[in-house]
Amino acid sequence: MKITQISVFLENKKGRLFEATKALGDAGVDIKALTIAENEDFGVLRMVVDKPQDALAAFKKNGFVASLTDIVAVEVDDTPGGLARILAVFNKNDLNVEYMYAFVEKTADKAIVVFRFDDPDKAIVILTKNNVKIVGKKEIQTL
Amino acid sequence: MIYNEKFECMSLEELKNVQSERLKKTVSYVYQYCPFYQKKFASHGISPKDIKTIDDIVKLPFTVKDDLRDNYPFGVLSMPLAQIAEIHVSSGTTGNPTVVGYSKEDIELWSEVMARAFCCAGGLPGDMVQVAYGYGLFTGGLGAHYGALKAGMTVIPCSSGQTKRQLKIMQDFKPRILACTPSYSLFMADEAKEIGMDCKKSSWEIGVFGAEPWSDSMRKEIESIWNLSATDIYGLSEIIGPGVAQECTHKDGLHLFSDVFYPEVINPKTGKEAKEGETGMLVLTHLTKTGMPLLRYQTRDIIKITHEKCRCGRTSPRISKILGRTDDMIIVRGINVFPSQIEEVLLRIEGTEPHYQLVVERPHGGLDELEVQVELKESFFSDEVKQLQHLSDKIRDEIESVLGIGVKVRLVEPKTIARSEGKAKRVIDKRNI
Repeated sequence: MKITQISVFLENKKGRLFEATKALGDAGVDIKALTIAENEDFGVLRMVVDKPQDALAAFKKNGFVASLTDIVAVEVDDTPGGLARILAVFNKNDLNVEYMYAFVEKTADKAIVVFRFDDPDKAIVILTKNNVKIVGKKEIQTL
Repeated sequence: MIYNEKFECMSLEELKNVQSERLKKTVSYVYQYCPFYQKKFASHGISPKDIKTIDDIVKLPFTVKDDLRDNYPFGVLSMPLAQIAEIHVSSGTTGNPTVVGYSKEDIELWSEVMARAFCCAGGLPGDMVQVAYGYGLFTGGLGAHYGALKAGMTVIPCSSGQTKRQLKIMQDFKPRILACTPSYSLFMADEAKEIGMDCKKSSWEIGVFGAEPWSDSMRKEIESIWNLSATDIYGLSEIIGPGVAQECTHKDGLHLFSDVFYPEVINPKTGKEAKEGETGMLVLTHLTKTGMPLLRYQTRDIIKITHEKCRCGRTSPRISKILGRTDDMIIVRGINVFPSQIEEVLLRIEGTEPHYQLVVERPHGGLDELEVQVELKESFFSDEVKQLQHLSDKIRDEIESVLGIGVKVRLVEPKTIARSEGKAKRVIDKRNI
């Protein structure tokens, strides 16, 4: 039930983000969700894409440093308090979130949010037990 | 004022006799007391009896920085450690730092040459000197301190840093002489302006600036900001620290105190003597030191030398400002930095490639900044910024503890640092010097 995120290291210099996204475009990879974390000198672009292995190959070919990470995508009610209800489950179960970001696309009235946990397997067990809907690889690809 | 007129203004013939006598004595001395030189002499097939005048100096083997490293820490001393009065340490190229041991007489010599330097710059007994060179293992602070005492001056041992306090001391005590790195004097000017001080009204009339390269345009800037006479001082810890050579008020080359430090200028490739006025590497021989005398020590500094008598009356040869280096050493905020030191740190740290570049900048009116750009190793890349930040902090801490100065570390993408053929270009010096 885990999905794969691809992260790429970006130096803080002109045109680098463009080059990274162009590499994906040229390889026919579709970006489903993305976020950038940065400090003064560099950034890490994290993405959920339809074909993570292709994306990794495209980055390597173009001289980027990239890596794959397991993350968990969760369906959240797109209504006031929807995200808070999910986070309440994390809170109660001492699940620590490293970072999170949301999908642009959504299914009907649900939003999709991805979470990076220290231990994604443990998170999945807890979330399932609490009836939180986890979004799988297949569903992501068809979004 | 000329502090030691007898030696500083001696006729060239007399000077040569003094140098010859002193060289003979030093060569016999190290031959008797220093196993390092006994071996060196043996392997070059020479002995003290081959040295009759100063001109015979060319028969002696060179001494290089690696000799000091290979005999770390005390293998080049010519006297038992118990008789050494003081030890100073500067950067080494790799591994061990360079250690210099001073006997009591060497401290006296250091005081003498620094007293000459202060007076050469225009100082007088009774002047007050603000020493804003760092005190400690670095030779700048203590060397200036000893010299000022010897010359009968009043010393304010400020050391470097705490700039606002330095400025207050200057305003309240009114020292006539400032001794620090040239860039620190500009840094102080910026701080002074910030607190609304009129720099032109400073009490400093003379600056004794050194321990880092600087240009004539920087001199003009410092002189106009602080309304003082900015003079250049040269030295290196292996020889004595500051006090090897100093500009007089004519500022036409640095007077090298050749009755105690004998200079040669050689072609660094062939080792042969360069002609008068030609650039070459400065090689120095101790003529009177006793703790750790060095013979024909290759400074790696590129200079020009002139033996013409100066208008000030001193007969000592004068050297130009440092025109370059034969190695890739850079001086940042008075501290010698060898790229090899950085490389050594990077090889110890997991997650980096030993591909790196040093970028030195001198922001206007500020202190030199050293940025170390390091290529990130692919396998160490993490999706978490904090991991990368942690890596970059670790590199910074390790480099700072080796160099002793603050640096900025920037992780860069693999294969982005230019690979040049043969020797990699490790240093980009953007300072306008």
